[in-house]
Parts: sequence; structure tokens; C-alpha cells
Amino acid sequence: MYDITVIGAGITGTFIARELSKYDLNILLLDKENDVANGTTKANSAIVHAGYDAAEGTLKAKFNVRGNEMFDEICRDLDVPFKRVGSLVTAFNHEEMETIRCLYQRGITNGVPDMKIINQEEIMELEGNIKEDIQGALYAKTGGIVGPWELAIALAENAVENGVELQLNRPVTAIKKGEEGYRITAGNSTYKTKIIINCAGVYADQIDQMINEKTFEILPNRGEYNLFDKSMGNLVNTVVFGCPSAAGKGTVILPTVHGNLLLGPTAEPIDNKEDTRTTFEGLTTINDHARDTLKQIGFSEVITSFSGIRAKVETKDFIIEKAAGKEDFINVAGIDSPGLTAAPAIAEYVTEMAKESAASMGMSFNKKETFNNRRTPSIHFMELSRKEQEGLIEKDSRFGRVICRCENITEGEIVDVINRKAGATTLDGVKRRARPGSGRCQGGFCAPRVMEILARELNVEMKDVLKDGLGSYILTEQTK
Amino acid sequence: MLNYEIVVIGGGPAGLAAAIEAKKNGAKDILVLERDMELGGILQQCIHNGFGLHVFKEELTGPEYAERFIQELKDMGIEYKLDTMVLEVSRDKKIRAMNREEGILNIHAKAVVLAMGCRERTRGAIRIPGTRPAGVMTAGTAQRFVNMEGYMTGKRVLILGSGDIGLIMARRLTLEGAEVLGVAELMPFSGGLNRNIVQCLEDYDIPLYLQHTVVDIEGKDRVEAVTIAQVDDRYKPIKGTEKRFDCDTLLLSVGLIPENELSKSAGITLDRITAGPNVNEAMETSVEGIFACGNVVHVHDLVDWVTEESRKAGRNAARYVSGALKNTGNKISVQGIKGVRYVVPQEIRPENLTGKTEFMMRVDGVYQNVKLVAKIGEEVIRSVKRRHVAPGEMENLMLDLGNIDPKNLNNLTIELVQEEGA
Amino acid sequence: MEKKEMICIVCPVGCHMEVVRDGKSKDGYEVSGNQCLRGKVYGVKEMSNPTRVLTTTVKIREGKLPRLPVTTKGAIPKGMMMEAMKTINQVEVKAPVKVGRVIIKNLLNTGVDVVATRSMEEEARSQSQKVS
Repeated sequence: MYDITVIGAGITGTFIARELSKYDLNILLLDKENDVANGTTKANSAIVHAGYDAAEGTLKAKFNVRGNEMFDEICRDLDVPFKRVGSLVTAFNHEEMETIRCLYQRGITNGVPDMKIINQEEIMELEGNIKEDIQGALYAKTGGIVGPWELAIALAENAVENGVELQLNRPVTAIKKGEEGYRITAGNSTYKTKIIINCAGVYADQIDQMINEKTFEILPNRGEYNLFDKSMGNLVNTVVFGCPSAAGKGTVILPTVHGNLLLGPTAEPIDNKEDTRTTFEGLTTINDHARDTLKQIGFSEVITSFSGIRAKVETKDFIIEKAAGKEDFINVAGIDSPGLTAAPAIAEYVTEMAKESAASMGMSFNKKETFNNRRTPSIHFMELSRKEQEGLIEKDSRFGRVICRCENITEGEIVDVINRKAGATTLDGVKRRARPGSGRCQGGFCAPRVMEILARELNVEMKDVLKDGLGSYILTEQTK
Repeated sequence: MLNYEIVVIGGGPAGLAAAIEAKKNGAKDILVLERDMELGGILQQCIHNGFGLHVFKEELTGPEYAERFIQELKDMGIEYKLDTMVLEVSRDKKIRAMNREEGILNIHAKAVVLAMGCRERTRGAIRIPGTRPAGVMTAGTAQRFVNMEGYMTGKRVLILGSGDIGLIMARRLTLEGAEVLGVAELMPFSGGLNRNIVQCLEDYDIPLYLQHTVVDIEGKDRVEAVTIAQVDDRYKPIKGTEKRFDCDTLLLSVGLIPENELSKSAGITLDRITAGPNVNEAMETSVEGIFACGNVVHVHDLVDWVTEESRKAGRNAARYVSGALKNTGNKISVQGIKGVRYVVPQEIRPENLTGKTEFMMRVDGVYQNVKLVAKIGEEVIRSVKRRHVAPGEMENLMLDLGNIDPKNLNNLTIELVQEEGA
Repeated sequence: MEKKEMICIVCPVGCHMEVVRDGKSKDGYEVSGNQCLRGKVYGVKEMSNPTRVLTTTVKIREGKLPRLPVTTKGAIPKGMMMEAMKTINQVEVKAPVKVGRVIIKNLLNTGVDVVATRSMEEEARSQSQKVS
């Protein structure tokens, strides 16, 4: 019997699981996918928002501003790439100037620090590649960029290090309430738990309705992105938002924490929650926006395109509440933008809710002394000093063997991410953790080598190494 | 710090030929650095024949062609390091490399030859819409899996791009038991050799869909279907022409890109069209003493030409080390115009010319009955007839520039002229 | 009447030719569309007895790779490709192998041998690479 089961190991679920792991509880973290962070968390804008966007008084406004403050510490503790590069909302005409003034006012109401409206000259100093006819911009110094899946993976890893049980490939298909809590059917397993926290992203409504009256519906909305080679990585220095309008929140042009350039997203309501395709139209739209905003950009430098599905809801605010009449079922739903930024604050809040529930259920909920807030430090070989590099190779010669030629990732780093808690078991899992294959050749050269290392470390056959999900085999059989 | 006269980066056909030729021309300490586990580069996975007709006057397979050079290199006692990654090359020819056994290596060379080859263009670069499942792979990666590692990459295969690797893989996968459903090509003509269209597609009844591209990929975990459509003159898909194939694999053979990250780290000037370094008559880049050859300079269609070009680079690297290469600052710039997309070398120093100079170039379209015309300023110095030219087939032109009066130093241009009456 | 359209592969020009069976002609075929004599020779050969060199791999044990590239030491009839593959796929050799070594003598009575196209030293790579 688990005390608490968190359904969904995306950014919200992993943050909550890790927060709960500070307490002496028996915690289960379930996900339907073959890796953590495999839904919306792996395909979004990777932005830590300042907090002027969300309407006054909403949960989004509250948790965005609070969450933003928490990023420095959490990313330091978990050794996750995070840069407070600042953000700009651009205004190219009178109407857009009005909009950014409204955003500024809203930011003040929401409690966003360090904002100002800057003029053309000031913009040019920050962003020399933005077109000269820009009139002004809302500059928020607290805006930032983060590695979203790296963060969720680090949270899962740290949660597991602190005693959380992680179970992957466990799609929840039924939830029954018994005399002693819930019985969850997930994949071929069943789990008993006292409290359920539903962080199932685009499937949060389905999970909720397995046991509760329908009170909300997830409206999946797809956003497409183009990721550019590092040669385009310094086209912008800050997160450059297009001005939001009736048509949408505006497209973003931003550097990533790894030095690439990211464009996106589109916003398109879709029916199928798994429909992560990209389209000619979508990718053209975001490229056109960049062409309108920047003086120069090389579209031939796109290294990959992708799309993510966001979990929107009718009310347009986060739904973070107990199910009607239930102390032991907490919904954390509708976590679309700024969900990534808000996640640490949501975790704090949900933990308090769980604590209240526990109290009402007579369940103990005490801090444990053994909690370790730091995960085993990750290794980024190329970022080390020469001396550290030499020391590492001395200790383990696999750090002397470069596997990924584009990003210069060594065998040592790949072995490390496979052998960690919540470690990589797939080609994409390795890529999300250590980055081989995320460069310009997109794994053309290194995929066979990484597969070989995975096969060796996991003691499986080469042809059983997967790209990502359970059906994503790469090789079919041996020749001959 | 290790010291060498010449360090060759890359142990594929270009690096092997350059190192051997440098040694033959008197260079003593030569080191070849190879990132793969064996020498020979991409030739080791090109198990088909068609190599060596020019260099050896016989038809060899890729591994055979490679082995002749590898053997010669070993026989000559040229030093090489395998599984060794070069991390950085500086303008003053300091090289930082790394491998398992020796850790980080700091090497200083009098001359460097860049021979890193090229990489394949990927899905991202050509904006193929659809999902991102397993089963989408570049043809070269599949070739390595099938020919060297002994694994099939799929059972029902569609190929995008009719360059030679795509065509060769269509046959190869068919022979190994896969069903190749077709090859789609964006252009109105194939980028591959006719011989490959006949022997790799027609022999096996594999359809070639010219002026088609992929408009959708379906499947969450593994490719389930791929849809292609015809494109108009501006390469835009035409609605209503879609064909959907149930398949588990999409192979991409959509072009090669010279690998010049190290060249950039050394501050070498690159050609916008070739995406490789600008080189002079000695195959020397914009940084003195750093030479380049093979696919890192421009993508070749025959390895024989890579060998020729790399011998030139190796020979000149040796001459540079011995001080025999002249550099007085006199230069003629070389440019492809009117139908000629690029010319290599991009620059010549008349004082180093002995005998005829070879220029390699590619044209921008398929033409019949044309002339390649070389001019210095307005003066035509050579005009050569060609019955057929195409972007997929590199052209070469020998020019005798030995007796140019230095006073007439001017730009050399090469252009394509349609023959009258044709 | 037996007739075939084909692209000549003798040189890069790639003439589109038509080859028609013609009992009266010396070669038994009439070739049109070719711009040179070599094209005619190719056209007749393609109709009367088309042959191809077959390059593929065989299994190899204890080599540093699990497959060894091989080629037929001459052209074999085009129609025999798949049968030839079946025969070649049955073979397994053991490292070390020198380039040029005969792997199959007189493949399917064609008089053509199958030979190794590279040398391969003996070396066990990682476990996953072993040929099962």
C-alpha cells in the first residue's frame, strides 16, 4: 500500500513526487510512457516566464511568479541548465505598444519584479538582429530558459534517490475505490494507494473520470517548433516574444540553454492527443514570423522540427483541487503555459493540500531527515577544465572516447546516464540526458555506437534497443 | 606537446591519399588521426563496385579500394591513431585530440591536412512534416547497419532522394530481403548515376517518382505509413497527387554536407556554395599551412577524384613543409558563372603553377550540347564541348595557365555556353 | 515482337535507346537512339544476356565486424541474383580473412567465384556484436 501515487511523470508530476520525497511517505510515480518527461515536457518552448502574461488573480499568475523565483535554487541543486537571459515582448506598431503597456501593468499587479518598457535604441543594444522598425518592447529581466526534460529527469532521479518508486510503461486503465484507499490498474500491474495525485497532462480528464464525476475536459492543442543548429544560436540573446493578439499568444524566438535557436510554437486545437505531427503550414508560419522579426536568419540551418500537445481547459486557468467530495484525490490539470515555470510552486502547493488530506485521513506526514536535495552531479565532459578532463580519463578511459561528433559527448557520459536512477534505457533517453544525437547530424554517425553501448550496459541484444516508446524498434533482424 | 611535420585529420580516402603522397614527396613525420575504429572511412560500408576505374584502371568495391591505400600507408610506416577525435585545430596548427588510451593529446604540426569528409543531410534540414517515429534514417546510417553491423533496418522501405547512396541502398535492401516500394525524388531528374538507376532500380522493378516529395509520415513509435506527393515547379506539393505507402521505414538520401566544424574553429574561410574551405591551386585553405581535400572541400561523386585531389593536397603539404611552396601574394581568383555553380580551386597563385592545372566544377542544371568556357578577363583561354552535363556529375577542365603574364593578372571565370544551333 | 526501351549506362550521356528483336540483323537486334557504337553493343547484351556483378556480405565469426563484404569475381546472369543471394547467405567464414580469398568457388555453376573484398582481423568486439 502506497501512501501517495502520482500519475504522470512529466514536469508537474516529477516536481510533486520530488517535493513529497522530503517526507516520510511511501510514494509511487507512474507513467504510461517508456521514459519520464515523454509528453508535453519534452516538446515545449523551454521558457521560464516572468509572469506578466497570466490574468490577474488566477492560479497561473500566482504560481508563475512564485515558480520563477524558485528556479535558481532548484536548478543549482539538481545541476540542470538554466539561464536567466531576460525576455522581450516586441511591439512593431501603435496597437502593439498599447498591448505591451497592458502587459506591464498586469505584471505589476501580478508582482513581477524587474520589468520595464524599453525603446528602439535600448532594444538594439540588447538584440542587434531585431528589425530596426521595432517601436518598443516589454523587457523582463527575470525571464529565462531551461532544459525542460533535463529538469524533469533530474527531479525524477532525485525523487528516486530519495525513495520514490518510479514505474514506467504503466498506462492507468482503471481506478477503483476500496475500503482501504484506491486500487489502480496500470499496464499489467495493480497498485493500492491511499491518495492519488493526477498529473496526467493531456489525459488528466480521462484519469479523473475513471472515478469522479466529469468536471473538466482537456482540450489538446498542438504547438510546432523548429530547432536550429548552434550556428544560429546567437541570433537572439533573450527570449523574444511576438506581441500577443486576438490571434494568439505570439510566436517566440529564443536561444536554448545548449546554444541552439528555437522558433515556435503554433497553436492548433486537435482531436487526437497523440497527434504530434508537424505540418508544412505550421512550420512555415513560425518561420515567417522569424523572417518578419529578425534582420537575418538561415532557414537551411534547421536541424529538427517537432510538436508538443498542450493540455488546455475551458477556464484557461490551472485546475488544482480535490475532486468533489474526496479528500484523497487531487487533480492537477490544465497545466499548459506557464506550467513549466509554475511547476515548483504547484508542487509546494499540492504538497500542502496532500498534507491537509493526510491529516483528515489520520495519515502521518512527517519530514524525513535523510532527504538529499542534490542529485548525483551530472558530467559534462567538454565543460570541464583540461585538468579535470585528464583526471576523468585517468579514472575511466571511456571519457577519452568521443561517441557524438557533433556535440563531443564521450562514452563515459553515456554510460553514466544509463546507469543512473531513472536512467536512460533508449536512444532518445540517452539523447535527452547526455545529448548525443541532438547535434547537426541528428545521430547519423553516433546512433549505432550509442545503441551498442545501450545493448552492453542493459545486457540486451542490439536489435532490442529502442528509439523511445515500446514499439519504436530501430533494427528488425540480423541479415542472413 | 607532440610534434609532427604533417598531421592529417581523417583516415578516409582523402586522408589516406594525402598522407601517402606527402610521404612520397619527402615529408618525414606524418600522423593520421581517425575518429572511427578503423581506417578507410565511408568506403568500408560502400561494399558495391564502381570504384577505382580511373585510379587503378579496374573496377573495385569500396573496401577493396580502401584496403589498397591502407596497405600502402602501413607499408610506408606512416603513423596513425584510431578512435581518436580531434576537438580543435588552431590557426597556428596546434591540434587538440583525444582517445581512450592516451587521453588528451596536444599536437603541433608544421602543416595540417583537413580530410574530415562530409555528413548526410537530415530530416530537419528538408522540413519533412509528420510524426517522428523510429524508422526514419539516413541512407548512409542504414548502409552501415546492413553492410557492416549485419542488421536490417526495416521490411517495407520507401526512399526519399535518388542520389547514389539512395539508389545503392534500394538494391542492397532488396537483395537482403526487404521490399523497396519506391524512390521519390524532388527534382525532375535523378542526382544519381544512370548506371545506378538501371542496375539498382530498373533491375528490381523499383519505381522512381520524379518531382515528388514526402508530405506526411505516420506512426507514433515506428513508421506506419509515408505519403508522397508530386511537386510543382517551385517544389510545392500539389494537392490531390498524394500516394500513401504502408511501410515501416523511410530512408533519406537528400544530400551531403562537408563537415567543417574544425575548419571553422581554425578560422578558415568557407565557400558559400560548396560549404567547404576556399582553396588555392595547392589545396591550401585561407590559413597558411592548413590544406584540405576530398569531401570536406566539396562533395565528389567519384572516390577516384577524391584521391587525385588529395594527392595534390598531400604533395603540396610536403612542399610547404620543405619551403618549396611559393607565396608572394599574387593571386588570381577563380569563379563559376552562368550555369557553373562553383569551381575548385577558388584561387590560384601563378608562381606555383607547373604544367596544366585541373579545375573541378558543378553545373546548375541538366544541359545538352554545351561548352565550358574559361576566360581570363574577357579573353577566352579554353572552350570545351560537352554533349551532356548535369548537377550530379562533376565536370573537370584542364587549363594551361603557366605562361600568363603576371601583368595580366585578372580573374579567371568558367561559364557554360549553349552551342549554337543545338 | 520483342522490344525494350532502356537507358544506356556506358557513359554519362545516358541515351534513351530502343532495342528490337530483328532476325535479319547480324546481332539479332536493331538498336536505335544510341549516339555511339558502344551503346549498341550494350543494348544487344542487355537483351540477349544481361549480366551483373553481385556485391553483398557473408557472416563472419570472430572478426572485428560480424559481416564480411564479398563480390562475384565477374558478372553473373541478372536473373540469378536472388538465387545467388540464397547460396551466399548460407556461408559463414571465420576470421582472419585476407582480401581476395575465395569464399565460394564456382557460384551456382556460373564459373564465377565469390571472393572477400576486404581483409578482416580476428577480434571480438563488444558482446552485442557477436553473430548469433
